[in-house]
Amino acid sequence: MTLREVVERLGLRALTSDVAGDAEVTGGYTGDLLSDVMANGRPGNIWITMQTHQNILAVAKIKDLAGIVLVNSRRPDKETVWKADKENVTVLGTNESAFRLSGRLYRLLEDP
Amino acid sequence: MLRRYQADLHVHTCLSPCADVKMSPLAIVKRAQTIGVDILGICDHNSAENAPAALEAARRHGVSVLPGMEVTSAEEVHILALFDAPEPARELQETVYRHLPGENDEETFGMQVVANADDEVLGFNQRLLIGATTLRVEEIVEAILSLGGLTIAAHIDRESFSLIGQLGFVPDDLPLDALEISPGISHDEAVRRYAPSLPLVQSSDAHKVEEIGRCRTGFLVEEASIEEIRKALEEKEGRRIVR
Repeated sequence: MTLREVVERLGLRALTSDVAGDAEVTGGYTGDLLSDVMANGRPGNIWITMQTHQNILAVAKIKDLAGIVLVNSRRPDKETVWKADKENVTVLGTNESAFRLSGRLYRLLEDP
Repeated sequence: MLRRYQADLHVHTCLSPCADVKMSPLAIVKRAQTIGVDILGICDHNSAENAPAALEAARRHGVSVLPGMEVTSAEEVHILALFDAPEPARELQETVYRHLPGENDEETFGMQVVANADDEVLGFNQRLLIGATTLRVEEIVEAILSLGGLTIAAHIDRESFSLIGQLGFVPDDLPLDALEISPGISHDEAVRRYAPSLPLVQSSDAHKVEEIGRCRTGFLVEEASIEEIRKALEEKEGRRIVR
């Protein structure tokens, strides 16, 4: 499933100018410890988190993640948005909790 | 004249809810004197209210105290601030208090005892000192820097509440003075694991009296001051860390 389709089906909103819609989503990873995501995130994963520090962008790039979703209506830091646009990392947002969004993403990917 | 000072730059007092109530400013200073720690950094969680008492006790016992604080950022990263005098520590504390929500629950988190230099209880801090501020790491570092303090990322080797644990790696351009490692790792292992671009210091993060000085950093400096320690970290004018 492409990132574009996931964004539409889950009603995520773009917090950066561009969404790499053609990226293939391979699964998801949920967590707020960046060291953990660096160890356990997989290429093509959607990363569900509440961390808004700009280091999330480097983690997304290193791990070749499909995109980042900030939960609970959290807004990224100014520097994070600026840098995300520059480095072509997709940052999305939702009002839902990490638990709920993880559940919905899981169901969508298991049974599209 | 340059001489070697033994420093433990990260010691809690009974003000930290998670610290032993026996960690009074006087007890800490006496213990440091007994075991040969010359410089103590007093770093309670999000508060410096016991630093003046520690300074006064230290003057009586021939130990140097650097008043400071262990600030919790919005990302839940612990940052150590150290100063020469209580005033800038108090200023930082005011900023921290303005951005620290919540009230302490003594039964859950522990007592937050404010004491004087004679082991007398002055009162109990009611704020949620164990909590996180709403300040970003960058804002905390900037605040410490503007007050002339030393900024150290605490226990980077720990999985929780550490800069590397929470944020994966040391953010670019973050003007830190040093990275601290906990007693849980050796200096050589930390160098291998993190290939740090900043100087490494090791301290005890003592929450109990017997933990004080279990890890130390030796500084070859002229006196126990922030300026001298900064020079040692930057290896300037013959000042340096000695292991």
